[in-house]
Amino acid sequence: MINFQYARANDVADAVRQIAADPTAKFIAGGTNLIDLMKEDVERPTRLIDISRLPLKSVEETAGGGLRIGALVPNSDLAYHPLIERRYPLLASAILAGASQQLRNMASTGGNLLQRTRCYYFYDTATPCNKREPGSGCPAIPGINRMHAILGASEACIATHPSDMCVALAALAATVHVTGPARDRAIAFADFHRLPGNTPHLDTNLHANEIVTAIELPAKGFAANYSYLKIRDRLSYAFALVSIAAALELDGDMIKDARLALGGVAHKPWRDAAAEATLRGKVANRTTFAQAADLLLREAKGYAHNTFKIDLARRGIVRALTQAAQGTPQSQSVKKIV
Amino acid sequence: MTLARTAASPVAEAIPTPDKIRIVLTVNGVERQLEVAPWTTLLDALRDRLDLTGTKKGCDHGQCGACTVLVDGRRINSCLTLAVMKDGAEVTTVEGLATDGALHPLQQAFIDHDAFQCGYCTPGQLCSAAGLIAEGKARTADEIRELMSGNICRCGAYPNIVAAIKQAMGARS
Repeated sequence: MINFQYARANDVADAVRQIAADPTAKFIAGGTNLIDLMKEDVERPTRLIDISRLPLKSVEETAGGGLRIGALVPNSDLAYHPLIERRYPLLASAILAGASQQLRNMASTGGNLLQRTRCYYFYDTATPCNKREPGSGCPAIPGINRMHAILGASEACIATHPSDMCVALAALAATVHVTGPARDRAIAFADFHRLPGNTPHLDTNLHANEIVTAIELPAKGFAANYSYLKIRDRLSYAFALVSIAAALELDGDMIKDARLALGGVAHKPWRDAAAEATLRGKVANRTTFAQAADLLLREAKGYAHNTFKIDLARRGIVRALTQAAQGTPQSQSVKKIV
Repeated sequence: MTLARTAASPVAEAIPTPDKIRIVLTVNGVERQLEVAPWTTLLDALRDRLDLTGTKKGCDHGQCGACTVLVDGRRINSCLTLAVMKDGAEVTTVEGLATDGALHPLQQAFIDHDAFQCGYCTPGQLCSAAGLIAEGKARTADEIRELMSGNICRCGAYPNIVAAIKQAMGARS
């Protein structure tokens, strides 16, 4: 870790002023990912601006029947918030599938969106990485790529986004509220994270001098029929090989509305409009779910060590949608998948 | 291959060493004043500055849980926490679990159930379990296992750790 200066932000406007004044500065909130990356010399900010004391820690109901979640609400508080548990259990379940309770106590809602990939080459400064050092190359493509992307990757980067929470936020069509020097912006969740293309060093469309202030959930929470199914190498405290956020609105056996987002498969939470459209208006059964899975995975591409993820994702999608349809969501403590 | 660490290293020389920052922590009920560099972790402050070496440095990357302490009553990884950010906080370490010379029910339960072998992870396990009991979310053995998954035990004492925590939860209720 290199030496750095430390300053506290007094309010959101002060935070934006401070970040705009120093292009090598970074915000710190929970610090669970940033401090780790600084210890590895992957992140090398010369100044940290502490935003952890800003008043962005409330969960409030919106006029439209949704919820506005302050960017500094800790992940654990959000997962156990009564309104989240009752109206957005898919989000609660996804949060509890990620990290450990210690990390969830520290990590902020906004910071969860901004965490970096856990690609081993990104973390290892002795190797090239287009995300860390643009133009240096991607050793993951010819190298060890068991955890890497099968959808939306590029010749420059096959890293995956590591978050569980974001997969649920994508499925629920959340909105990210940000503040910058000029104006506030509301960014649809699907537009917040980026695909790697030729610019894998850019994870999101957040500008360097902007700060995330809140995440807004629309009224529709799919609380009756949902499941977050996470498949990983250990039963707990490991990043997803594949995770599936499935949500259905049913009228008897008929699917009125459907949401499907995947984690561990792409540079961003992967939501596919065509796969969701093919579910709507159909009978909720395995045939329908398999069609949606095939559609979602139509352009999936495996590498030397991760081709298994395509089959795993196909089966996971069918299983998660089945769990959602039956109203038997995957438990995050009893690990048996039924 | 590019050696990024070498290529980027001149930045380190360009930054002047910041002044140390005065902070106050209430550690195990005692107010402690200290001056820390911005990059001093809470773990290093506890161990190297306050001589509270019960809290252990395992991986130093938030992956093993050996550094778990309670900050304002919540369990966190002290290795990923900057001390300066916790100015004014109340910290409980393994040294602060016992009261008036009597072991904390968790400490007694760990002894009763032989819930450790080498003992290196134990301070983190104890603080984490104290946090778990305070949270009140775990009721079954499955829930204890899941909510203790941030604490690794390389001796593999997990079944006995779960049994010890169950005993302490029972004693509490």
